[in-house]
Amino acid sequence: MTVVKSNHVTAVRSKQKKGFWKRSLNARTALLYLLPSIILFSVFVFYPMFRTIYLSFFLTNQAGEAAVFVGMENYAYLLESSAFLNSIKATFLFVLYTVPTGIIIALGLALLANEKLRGIGFFRTIYASTMGVSVAASSVVWLFLFHPSIGMFNKVLSILNLPQVEWLLDPTWALLSVSLTTIWLNTGFCFLILLGGLQNIDEHLYESARIDGASYWYRLRRITIPMLSPTLFFIITISLINAFQTFGQVDILTKGGPSQSTNLIVYSIYREAFVNAQFGTASAQAVFLFICILLVTILQFKLGEKKVHYQ
Amino acid sequence: MRILKRSIVYFLLIVTALIMFFPIIYALMVSFMTGGEILQGKFLPSTFSFDNYVKVFDRLPLLNYLINSFIVSFGVMLGQLVVCSLAAYAFVFIPFKGRDFVFFLFISTMMIPWEATMIPNFFTIQNLNWLNTYQGMTLPFFALAFGTFLLRQHFKTIPKELHEASQIAGLSRFAFFVRVILPVSKTSLVTLGAYGFLTTWNMYLWPLLVTTNNSVRTVQIGLKQLQSQEVATEWGVVMAGVIVVIIPTLLLLFLGQKQLQKGLTQGALK
Repeated sequence: MTVVKSNHVTAVRSKQKKGFWKRSLNARTALLYLLPSIILFSVFVFYPMFRTIYLSFFLTNQAGEAAVFVGMENYAYLLESSAFLNSIKATFLFVLYTVPTGIIIALGLALLANEKLRGIGFFRTIYASTMGVSVAASSVVWLFLFHPSIGMFNKVLSILNLPQVEWLLDPTWALLSVSLTTIWLNTGFCFLILLGGLQNIDEHLYESARIDGASYWYRLRRITIPMLSPTLFFIITISLINAFQTFGQVDILTKGGPSQSTNLIVYSIYREAFVNAQFGTASAQAVFLFICILLVTILQFKLGEKKVHYQ
Repeated sequence: MRILKRSIVYFLLIVTALIMFFPIIYALMVSFMTGGEILQGKFLPSTFSFDNYVKVFDRLPLLNYLINSFIVSFGVMLGQLVVCSLAAYAFVFIPFKGRDFVFFLFISTMMIPWEATMIPNFFTIQNLNWLNTYQGMTLPFFALAFGTFLLRQHFKTIPKELHEASQIAGLSRFAFFVRVILPVSKTSLVTLGAYGFLTTWNMYLWPLLVTTNNSVRTVQIGLKQLQSQEVATEWGVVMAGVIVVIIPTLLLLFLGQKQLQKGLTQGALK
């Protein structure tokens, strides 16, 4: 009895003594587990983001250090530079060409591959395959397909007695050609995500619709698309962000040409910084890229809350 | 009626699959052709000769590049698994003040495009003297908000009773993490691992920036070199290079497609 009592007393006393050090035990342990992430994010995400914003107000030397403070002049220079405005235009056109088409194609394939048929696994693997193909590899393959004399596209055109097209050398076609390559390349990933979304839809919804005799298109419009909307929304956001970040295709297929028609924003940043060593204006462009992606993400959060039907 | 519908679906499946897979099949065919056959615009090679494959390993230190790509991809994969699982564990199993704030920090990293930070990152790596090193190619990618959320999602499904039972059994937090949590989360870890390997293997811009010689270059940069050396002449050799480079990731995708699809959708939506 006395033993129990004294135990109780010490327990109470130690609870009273528990200082800040004891109380923060959980926070300290958690910090230990989070430390690798926090350090890495600080060094490779947060610090460089602030540094980029900082550098965008300066002229820089060869070593990328701030040399002369110029305020908003880098931005003013960019807004007057026809090269940069052209790059913006090309980037938005590229987004417009690739994102809607890519998602519609991937959605079509996902709907096909969601049918329960023998051998469907094989088709799913084929559709997803471009996810395993790198940007560099696919660009090299498409570079060959676009080849003016021995490329497949011009061979087909000549069989059909149509005029030859300079796919990558003609300013009116180059951006479309790069877009086509990109759509093909991204289909695998979009397909995989959309198929996953389709498979998460509750089967019972379709059964009752089938009993009511609803047609395929009616079910697609009234059940599939609404139930798929969170996935669709996610893939639209990811595709938009990816399109803004395009680099490899441009570097291998066109090098930004002809006459800068495919000089997408990331390629433009790369050239400005690592070819021309203009780190100040390159940083200002990077800030612009950051704002674009920030807007897309904020839009997703805002619209996503309202318009999307969650299960 | 049902047979008709089925045949239509199969017809569409086959046609679209042929279109989607055509560039890869065509690249494979061209990789077996001689220069003459390519100029004639044939689709099938007359003989399946491996000459181009022998040549491509001659032209480039492709074997070195392959080894480098494997080291870098495995490095990032392991790094991401360790860093992300530690963070996800803290988010799920340790209640602490300021958790919401740290969580918000993690989310905010997803809004910062990697390309917007590449200029200072390049100088960080240069100042550390890490150009042309494996750590320079891998370390910046170890922390990944997406990976943390994916694992957190799975950790949340683990019953809390398991945690209590382990405390009664006298298991330390870390032992509980290593011996209980990690083994029961094998599937999510495999998904994240495959994702990390795939994306790192296919990475292009960062290796282009931080490698200046052949010592640690990856296969993707090898393809760029190959294409710019050979552009007018030997497309067969270039395509042989392409096939060698995409085989590992295609295999990984064929084996893990189902897993990857499930994992990515879960990580994305919940």
